[in-house]
Amino acid sequence: MTNTDRTSKNHPSTVAPNLAPNATRFDIDLRAARVAFGGVDIFHDLDLSLPAGSFTCLLGPSGVGKSTLLRYLADLVEGDVSGNITCSDGIPLKGRIAYMAQQDLLLPWRTVRENVELGAALRGDRPDHAKADRLIAQVGLTDAAHLRPAALSGGMKQRVALARTLMEDRPVVLMDEPFSALDPVNRLRLQELAAQVLRGKTVLLVTHDPLEALRLGDVVHVLRGSPARLQHPITPSGTSPRDITDPDILRQQAELLRQLGANETSATLLEDA
Amino acid sequence: MRQHAKHTPLFERRLLKIARPIIIVVALIATWQLTVTLTGAPKYMLPTPADVWVTLITRYAVLLDHAQYTIAETVIGLFAGATLGALAAIPMALFTPVRFWLMPILLVSQAIPFFALAPLLVLWLGFGLASKIAMAALIIFFPVTVAFFDGLARTEPGWLDLARTMGASRWRLLTHIRLPAALPAFASGFRVATAVAPIGAVIGEWVGSSHGLGYLMLHANARVQIDMVFACLLILCVFSITQYFIVDRILRAALPWQPDSLKPVS
Repeated sequence: MTNTDRTSKNHPSTVAPNLAPNATRFDIDLRAARVAFGGVDIFHDLDLSLPAGSFTCLLGPSGVGKSTLLRYLADLVEGDVSGNITCSDGIPLKGRIAYMAQQDLLLPWRTVRENVELGAALRGDRPDHAKADRLIAQVGLTDAAHLRPAALSGGMKQRVALARTLMEDRPVVLMDEPFSALDPVNRLRLQELAAQVLRGKTVLLVTHDPLEALRLGDVVHVLRGSPARLQHPITPSGTSPRDITDPDILRQQAELLRQLGANETSATLLEDA
Repeated sequence: MRQHAKHTPLFERRLLKIARPIIIVVALIATWQLTVTLTGAPKYMLPTPADVWVTLITRYAVLLDHAQYTIAETVIGLFAGATLGALAAIPMALFTPVRFWLMPILLVSQAIPFFALAPLLVLWLGFGLASKIAMAALIIFFPVTVAFFDGLARTEPGWLDLARTMGASRWRLLTHIRLPAALPAFASGFRVATAVAPIGAVIGEWVGSSHGLGYLMLHANARVQIDMVFACLLILCVFSITQYFIVDRILRAALPWQPDSLKPVS
């Protein structure tokens, strides 16, 4: 329960050694974070470390505040907010994150390529067409580059969103259940793609799927309760994307489900809420 | 049912598309003729379709001469009103204080009956085109403003979040996301405006003018030339419908990403 022994378990040096040339080189430390809506604390006194270049997954039941925590890091929460976000290189986090949501958030009047280049358009920069085309090819959508989102399937749209996220080329990527609206096959494919293209970046992925967290995460946290608290993190072994039929992974899934409260009776669940 | 529609040959469907408006018009004319025959109404009360047709043919020069004034007033009023509406909606959506000050004024303006304003507009702007353009613009200003403002106020919050993380300026957020996102709503307002703008022009002409279909109708009515009144009404109808379909086509072509859940009528 205490936050101190949780953070000691994922010390930066023990997690995800990174060989990628443009790997993120700073750790992020969140201290005493607090967000309240309408006088009710969603979480308070919450600490979280995101080691440089690591893939962190955040699990939890619906409505517990996972998205709020992610949005807090992205500086998107308005209202009653306090706490400290520090980066180990001393530069503020603001402006160094890319954000990917559950909805693809593609603009229906822009083509795939124009959507990938949205960031440059919004900053008034000249878009790097070559880079956009390379990323579109990387997510396998070269033939669809000139199409509008209405002509794409759900999986294709989320690929465009991934390319748009990568186009921003930020050291930190915050993802809010980006694969949850996809069918199982597309979800597996996109997880694989994400694990590959995001290697070396510091990633925080919010999900409600324990297997997805174990498949992709270097560290898996469970957020639970009201106000929400982080449970003991789990660090799956091996490199992602992991095989979800591995007995170790399945054992850890059982542990995560226990942390999420799967074994509790409905009475204790009610108390918890 | 679906199977049936699928197997209807293209030719048959095209034919129905052309035949449908003809059937509607013929049915309306038949109802009209039947009403005259059954009630035995005299020509100075309700002329037959044939009477009106004769008037349209014999008096076309006069009718067209007056119609061009009404059309000019309507079209200019439509664009003036829509431009003003857009110019009012954008600052209202962008700046909260503007919204709080302007919205009550807009609502009060809607409480004033426009019929009552028409004589004042003629007094202030004269007998010419200006007072009618002002009337048409006034009548459509509110629907355009409200529709566009609603569209601007309801930008998908996720898009705004995304733009914020991308470091968008307030201005580019408006031009690249909020404005294009609100265009379908603006188009709805503009369609309503297209349908009501001729009403504004005709009201203006009734109150004080020396030209226009409204003027012609008023005079024909006073001389019990009811066939002439109907001829004016017919021209107004045809013009309004044509204008609506042209605008609708242009708006559809301009907003190709806006999906139609219903088949277009045109």
